[in-house]
Amino acid sequence: MTSKKPPLIEFLRQMILVRRFEEKAAEMYALGKIAGFCHLYIGEEAVAVGAIGAANPDDYIVTAYRDHGHALARGLEPKRVMAELFGKATGVSKGMGGSMHLFDAGKNFMGGYAIVGGHIPVATGIGFAMKYEKKDQVVLCFFGEGSVPSGNFHEALNLASLWRLPVVYICENNRFGMGTPVERSSALYDIAHAAKAHDMPFHHIDGMDVIDVYNQMKKVIEGVRASKRPIFVEARTYRYMGHSMSDPAHGHYRTKAEIDEQKKRDPILTLQQRLLEKKEITPEEVSKMEREIQDIVLESVEFAEKSPEPPLEALTEYVYSK
Amino acid sequence: MAHIAYRDALGQAMSEEMRRDDKIFLMGEEVGFYQGAFKVSRGMLEEFGPMRVIDTPITEAGFTGVGIGAAMVGLRPIIEMMTFNFSILAMDQIINNAAKIRSMSGGQFTVPLVVRGPGGSAARLAAQHSQSLESLYCHIAGLKVIAPSVPKDAKGLLKSAIRDENPVICFEAQALYGTMGEVPEGEYTIPIGVADVKREGKDVTLIAWSKMLLMCLRTAEELAKQGIDAEVVDPRTLRPLDMETILNSVRKTNRVVIVEEAWPYAGVSAEIADRITHEALDILDAPVERVTGVDAPIPYAKNLEQAALPSPEKIIHAVKKVMYLE
Ligand SMILES: Cc1ncc(C[n+]2csc(CCOP(=O)(O)OP(=O)(O)O)c2C)c(N)n1
Repeated sequence: MTSKKPPLIEFLRQMILVRRFEEKAAEMYALGKIAGFCHLYIGEEAVAVGAIGAANPDDYIVTAYRDHGHALARGLEPKRVMAELFGKATGVSKGMGGSMHLFDAGKNFMGGYAIVGGHIPVATGIGFAMKYEKKDQVVLCFFGEGSVPSGNFHEALNLASLWRLPVVYICENNRFGMGTPVERSSALYDIAHAAKAHDMPFHHIDGMDVIDVYNQMKKVIEGVRASKRPIFVEARTYRYMGHSMSDPAHGHYRTKAEIDEQKKRDPILTLQQRLLEKKEITPEEVSKMEREIQDIVLESVEFAEKSPEPPLEALTEYVYSK
Repeated sequence: MAHIAYRDALGQAMSEEMRRDDKIFLMGEEVGFYQGAFKVSRGMLEEFGPMRVIDTPITEAGFTGVGIGAAMVGLRPIIEMMTFNFSILAMDQIINNAAKIRSMSGGQFTVPLVVRGPGGSAARLAAQHSQSLESLYCHIAGLKVIAPSVPKDAKGLLKSAIRDENPVICFEAQALYGTMGEVPEGEYTIPIGVADVKREGKDVTLIAWSKMLLMCLRTAEELAKQGIDAEVVDPRTLRPLDMETILNSVRKTNRVVIVEEAWPYAGVSAEIADRITHEALDILDAPVERVTGVDAPIPYAKNLEQAALPSPEKIIHAVKKVMYLE
C-alpha cells in the first residue's frame, strides 16, 4: 500500500488547477464578482494535494477558511466552487457559505470554517463517530499554526488521544497568522511538539514538496487506520499572498525578498522541473495541461456568471431541518 | 471641531486615556505591530510600547481571562476583539468571571475591564462573521453595554467605559469605522446611560443604535419627503438603558418603531418594546413595531444578505403601519 507510486502527473495537474483557479478568483474579486473574505492558498498547494491524494475518497476532510485548495483537491467541481464564490444557487453550499464555507456532503468534504480553531473539535467528533460505528474511515483535519495556541485545539487533541480517535491533525504552518509570525504567537517554535502534551505521535513534512507530503501522509493515514490512534503532522509551507484580499502580500510584516526566497521552492515549478528532467512529461504535455486547466477555469467563471442567485426563500429554508 | 473617522475617534479615546493613566493597557490580536485589524489602534504601539499595546496569539478566552485577573489587582485593561464573533470564545470569561466577580466576592473585587471591537454585518462575510451579538451581553447582569453610532459618541462613551469600575462591552459596528463626524476639541466624556435625540420630529419615534441609527436618519429624510416627521432616538447605551429620554419622545409622537440589526428572538428591541408598553401604554396610538434582521444565519449570497437585514423600505413600511397608513 505504501509502496504504490505517487500519481505525480495528476498531482501536478491538481496543483496547477488550484493555482490558476485562485488567480482567477483574485481577478474576480477585484472585479467585485466575489465578495466578503477571500483567503488564497497560493504557495501551499502541495499540502492539500499531497495529503488528500494520500487519503481514500471516503475519508473525511475538515478545514478552515483557506479552503479552495482542499475543495479542489478533494474533487469538488471547479464550476460549483466558483459559483459558491459568486454566491450563486449552483454553488457547492448553494450560495449560502461563500469562500470560507465550502461543503460537499457527497464527497465527505465537511466544510470550511471561519472561526480559528473552531473546527478542530468538530473534526474530532467525526473521528469519534468513526470509532463508535466501527468504521474504517479516517478524518483529515487541516488548520493553520495560528490555531495551535487555542483552547479548542488542546481540548480536542486531548480527547482524540485519550479516546484513540482516527484523526490526522494537519497543521499547515505557513509561518504567519495574519500579520503575526509564529515566533510571536507560539511559545513552541517547533509546533509539532504541541502534540507531545497529548501523548500523540507527530511528524514534520515538507509542505513545499508534494512527493514528501504524499509519501509521509500515506504512511500516517494508513497508520491511523490500523492503529486507531490520532497523529499530528506539521507541514511547513508558505503563503505567497496576503492573509486575505485586503492584506498586501508583503510590506508591513514581511519583505518581498523573503517571499522571493520562498518562491524558489515553489511546489508546482519544482515538481514540473523534476518530471521534465526525468522525461515523465514533455513540455508539450505541460502546455496542453495548462490549456485544459485554463478552459476549466474559464468555464467555471462562465458557469458562475450565468447561474441564478439563490431564491429569496433560501434565506430561511436551511435554518431548521423539517 | 475636528472632522474625523469613527475608528480614529476610538483611537483617540484610548490614547488620551492611556496618557492620563498608566494602569490602562490595550491587548488583543494584531493590535500592535499590525496597527489593528481595522486600524483603530494605529500608532499606539509606537507611542506606548509593547508592554501597554500587547499583541496576543489567537486565544480569546485566554487573553480575556488575563485581562480580568489584571483588572482584579488594579490594572485597567482594554481588550480588543478582532470582531465580536470571536468574543464567543471568551464568553465564559466575560459572563462567568468578569460579570460575576464583584457580586460573588461580596463587593471585594471589581473588574474595570473594557471589551471592545467591531460587530454586525459588513459586506458579505457570511454566517460566522456577520453577527450582531449585543443582546447576548445585554442579558447578563454585571455587564454594561454601549453601542455608539457616531464618532463623537464613540470617543466620549469609550472614555467613560475606560473610567468605569465595571466590565463594559463596547460594540463598534464594523461598517461604521470609516464614517466621519464632528468631534469636539479637548477633553470630554459622554456618560453611560444617557440617550441622545439625533433628530427631532413629531409624528413617530424611531429608536436605533449603531449602524441602524444612521439608516434611520437617512430613512427619516425619506419619510420627510412623504410628509412624515420622524424623531430619531439613539439609546447609545443598551445596558443601562435611558428610558427617560425614550419615553419623553414617545410622549411627543405616541408611535414607536425600533430598528435592530440582530435577530428578533429575545433581542434588545424586544426589551425596549416591552418597557415602553409597560411604562407608556396609555399614550401609545399603535403597538410598538420592531424591524429586525430575519431569524436566520446571515447568508453569503448578495441578494439573501440584503433580504436578511433591515432596510429603509422595511422601516418605512413599519412607520406606515404604526401610523395606520398601510
Ligand atoms: C477565534 C478567531 N479569532 C480571530 C480570528 C481572525 N483571524 C482569521 S484568520 C486569522 C489568522 C489565522 O492564522 P493561521 O491559523 O495560521 O492560518 P492561515 O491564515 O495562516 O492559513 C485570524 C487572527 C478568527 N477568524 N477566529
